[in-house]
Amino acid sequence: MIETRALAYRAGQTDILHGIDLTIPRGGITALIGPNGAGKSSLLHCVSGLNQPSEGSVTIDGLDPYAASSRERARTVALLQQSPTVVSRLKVAELVGFGRWPHHRGRPTTEDNDKTRAALAAFALDDLADRSLETLSGGQRQRAFIAMAYAQDTPWMLLDEPLNALDPRHARDLMARLHGLSRGEQGRSIVIVLHDINAAAGWADRIVAMKDGRVFAHEESAALLTPETLREVFDTPFQVLRHEGRPVVVAR
Amino acid sequence: MAERRMIWLGLALLLLCGGFLAWHLRAPYGFILELRAAKLGALICVGAATGTATILFQTVAMNRLLTPEIVGFDSLFVLLQTLLVMLLGGVGLAQVPGALRFALETCLLMGAAALLFGGLLRSVSGDVTRLILTGVILGLLLRGMAEMLQRLLEPSDFAVVQQAMFATFGRVDEAQLAVSAVILCLALLASLRMAPALDVAGLGRDTARGLGLRHDRVVLVALMLAAALISVSTALVGPITFLGLLAASLARQLTDTHRHAILLPSAAIIGALILVAGQFVFERLLQRQSALSVVVELFGGLLFLFLVLRKGPR
Repeated sequence: MIETRALAYRAGQTDILHGIDLTIPRGGITALIGPNGAGKSSLLHCVSGLNQPSEGSVTIDGLDPYAASSRERARTVALLQQSPTVVSRLKVAELVGFGRWPHHRGRPTTEDNDKTRAALAAFALDDLADRSLETLSGGQRQRAFIAMAYAQDTPWMLLDEPLNALDPRHARDLMARLHGLSRGEQGRSIVIVLHDINAAAGWADRIVAMKDGRVFAHEESAALLTPETLREVFDTPFQVLRHEGRPVVVAR
Repeated sequence: MAERRMIWLGLALLLLCGGFLAWHLRAPYGFILELRAAKLGALICVGAATGTATILFQTVAMNRLLTPEIVGFDSLFVLLQTLLVMLLGGVGLAQVPGALRFALETCLLMGAAALLFGGLLRSVSGDVTRLILTGVILGLLLRGMAEMLQRLLEPSDFAVVQQAMFATFGRVDEAQLAVSAVILCLALLASLRMAPALDVAGLGRDTARGLGLRHDRVVLVALMLAAALISVSTALVGPITFLGLLAASLARQLTDTHRHAILLPSAAIIGALILVAGQFVFERLLQRQSALSVVVELFGGLLFLFLVLRKGPR
């Protein structure tokens, strides 16, 4: 499980996160929602071991990402950045293959190649494997980067706004794939930053709502999505409807 | 495919080297061959060093326009040499054995480059405009500082520094060439060894760190290797600002790959090809002695403008 205790993060003179106590159990999808500037991405970076907290502690399955070696950390948690760099002339298969770096350090084995192929297949990228990243659409590129994180073969995947630039069909398709990958005994534990509250309502097992650098609420999906909670988190009124037993959120 | 192109480039360089040595060879064969071999060695060392250093620097800077020369690595070398002359005096410095002096200058440049540019790349990473502006201004600042200090030197001391200030392929110090060749080989081997790590570093600092790469260490080592390579080039023939840009851009274009195991040797070969072919044409065919650096700067400068205006930096 991911555990943060009194976690605080400061960038320059600005306090971004304040005393976050959070426990995320293994398995399923946990969605981080909240308005812009709430600290969702910073929390993800602190948990992944990339942004050293100014105070407090974080552990992932008992591992302190700031005390562990970079290799050990990269074998425990994979992070997808919000806007990853697109390297020119880089092919999709090569990008996904980079996910195996923490395991082979530049000398890929047959197992690494198999895992790369499996990641390409899991995100329906087989046909695009030899295409250069520059020639892909935004959605295809996003899938390629998520496949790289998947190829890292870590128990935890942290995804920062992976639905950015995706149309509703591709967003739904991606969430369905992630949902499938998070199920079962070998399923990945996925923490995902989402701006689409309905995607969170439809696919997440639990939701963490953040506001002003603090965890505002942390519940099973359905329990958190009430008009009162959402209004307080986003400072705007919402209506919560029901469709086939699931909450559907409409901003009023 | 990319590997095959690299091999073709290598074969072209070999052929050209043969032509450079054998073209219109007359007696006394041994003496002329020795002279030509020394010049050829210098051209290969300078071209290979500059091409490799540029790929290393562009990868860690995440920018295809900046080169070590544009941000002032060579000016830093001249500045350090000026400071050494100020401290030890021209006569004092001349008493230091050539190899030791060269090693000392190289180590100083590596340390200074790591200090100056390591911090710069970290603080402005991701902000391409700021990186280019800061790099170019830093280059100008270092050049200006070197020139200012040179004005304070005695004329005899200034003469010692002066030979490092202008690019010329006319004279080659053979002792220095041997040391340069050793440094070049070591730096090339080290660069190739870290090629897979450079591939990952090219994904950007955060993504690379997320994959478990010790990114800051890779950047530091790459900068130090680039500094060692630039000191080889500058010490042998003087500063050539745009050769690296030409070699690196052509290497990327011709090999069409992002893999540093191919890019680094290809840029080294292309850098050497440009200089050997250029010198061959000017010296043997056109019977001119000192036009090569000027022509390289002209075409490199035009390429720089073309890249800026065409699609901008990555």
